[in-house]
Amino acid sequence: MNAPLLQHDLRTSEVWGRLALVTDPELDESVTELGFVELVTVDDDGGVDIVFRLPTYWCSANFAFLMADDMRRAVSSLPWVREARPQLRDHMVAEEINRGVSEGRSFGDALKDFASGGSLDEVRDKFRRKAFERRQETMLLALREAGHDDQAICQMNLNTYDTINFGTGEAARQKSRYRELLVERRLAELPGDQAFVTYDGRPIKRNELAAHLRRLRGVRVNMEFNSSLCRGLLAARYRELEADRAERTAGSAPACGGCGGGCAMRSARLPATGGEHSAAIA
Amino acid sequence: MFITPTGEEVFVIDGHTHFWDGSPANQLNVHGKQFIDCFYAYHTSLSPPDKLWPKEQFEKYSAEQMYRDLFVDGPDDMAIVQSTYLTEFYKNGFNTIDRNAEMAKRYKDRFIVNGAFDPRDGERALEYIHYMKETFGIKGVKLYTAEWKGDSRGWKLTDPNAYRCFELCDKLGIKNIHVHKGPTIIPLDKDAFDVHDVDHAATDFQGLNFIIEHCGLPRLDDFCWIAVQETNVYGGLAVALPFIHGRPRYFAEVISELLFWVGEDKILFGSDYAIWTPRWLVEKFWNFELPGDLKQEHGVDLTPQAKKKILGLNAARLYGVDVEAQKAKLKKGLYASAAG
Repeated sequence: MNAPLLQHDLRTSEVWGRLALVTDPELDESVTELGFVELVTVDDDGGVDIVFRLPTYWCSANFAFLMADDMRRAVSSLPWVREARPQLRDHMVAEEINRGVSEGRSFGDALKDFASGGSLDEVRDKFRRKAFERRQETMLLALREAGHDDQAICQMNLNTYDTINFGTGEAARQKSRYRELLVERRLAELPGDQAFVTYDGRPIKRNELAAHLRRLRGVRVNMEFNSSLCRGLLAARYRELEADRAERTAGSAPACGGCGGGCAMRSARLPATGGEHSAAIA
Repeated sequence: MFITPTGEEVFVIDGHTHFWDGSPANQLNVHGKQFIDCFYAYHTSLSPPDKLWPKEQFEKYSAEQMYRDLFVDGPDDMAIVQSTYLTEFYKNGFNTIDRNAEMAKRYKDRFIVNGAFDPRDGERALEYIHYMKETFGIKGVKLYTAEWKGDSRGWKLTDPNAYRCFELCDKLGIKNIHVHKGPTIIPLDKDAFDVHDVDHAATDFQGLNFIIEHCGLPRLDDFCWIAVQETNVYGGLAVALPFIHGRPRYFAEVISELLFWVGEDKILFGSDYAIWTPRWLVEKFWNFELPGDLKQEHGVDLTPQAKKKILGLNAARLYGVDVEAQKAKLKKGLYASAAG
């Protein structure tokens, strides 16, 4: 039996667990499920290195910074972690972002060579709204599907919402995620509060629901489309990288020194599928 | 010319094509390599396997190959070839108007060559617009707002210098402004793909048409809201259309949204050649039918008439192409070359 090794594995999987809670703000999906995180390394002193790569070199610097910063925070919240070091690879401003995040600087400060000042609050809020709307649409459609009429949906309170069982599909997955944002935004907190309001806190009237849903659908179609595009681009990028590596190492010793988790992750990602990846983590 | 399975002729204008040189010999730095690599990732992730090109061919292809892919093997009658400079990434630029025009003049009546300008050049941008009009007679430009220039990492359509350029375009009859929203880094507090500047520019320049390439992707939802309010805003289908192969349901949802908000008169086909070749796109598009549930939900349909508009008639209207006269001209040209 090898106790240190076992603890090492346990810690690595704890890190993956925390990273799974970090979302791409634009897609509202987990960065691990999307396959962005390539490698997690835990050292004996409580240091954690997280290597991640985005679908393209040109992915929005704003979001790259937010994800790196969120990863640092999420992993740092583990009691044994002394330092979490996210490292973005192959990105147009990777160096600036990695340095900025490790020094705990703001985005505006980290990329001040490009422009002075600026905060990410506005952009964060814009995508929080989209995430809220996407989750809400899923719940509204599921309720209609389950036979609730529009009147009942518009008047439903949090207590009733909590008691409804949505089975095992997407609605079941989004039920708590939608609730989280309701509470976080203080849109509904008490059992008697209305469960379905706009992101700005306005009630949705029964005769407005159809138009409201139409708009939400646009948000969802856009996010799903981007998500599909991103997964495809990431898979293509990895194929290219693998080809490059194979070319460079051809004829020499095998590049892989037996890193364990990392390679399993990578092979599970091609083609990028969340399910297999999750299985590899578990 | 695309011939439908029932023998009908459909006139096709490919609204978005390129004649680029992204080869290592032309790359100035790592950004040049990453730029063409990113294009190649789009190509490999969304093309049917039998349409894949080797990387080397993708990086740089000949004028003959382009002509064959679009007009001989492909169904295009005409193609709009866009200019993208990227002189910070490529020694001779990625595809400048000079390179495009040189290629186009070999194939009479086939290409509409669009220019490009960078408002950050100030006075020189205005002079350049005059030069392009006088030398090449352009009717449109392609603008890439994420282009790097010195320390700058992008610009907006509402920048005062951009407005000066639009005023001049309007005056000179350069009516079609194709906009590609790449990721900008500044302003830092904005969404990198924000499309709202299109809204303002379109309101302020009613005489110009704003064709938003890739339908504003990755901001399709924001784009739809803008397009519904602005009568002079159009959507280019490049990048959205290839989903028709791998993810037809997604494509159905996207085109339904576009038909509902933007309308069949304001959507333009584009292959984004050489990222994709037009033949399979046009064939699949023509054979595509909206699923019944989406038709019902949205109250829209992708009829043969709508497809004809998207494939060519809308672009013909924007560029003043007389379709019947053009068809006759092209037929004559083909006979002449066959006889020669």
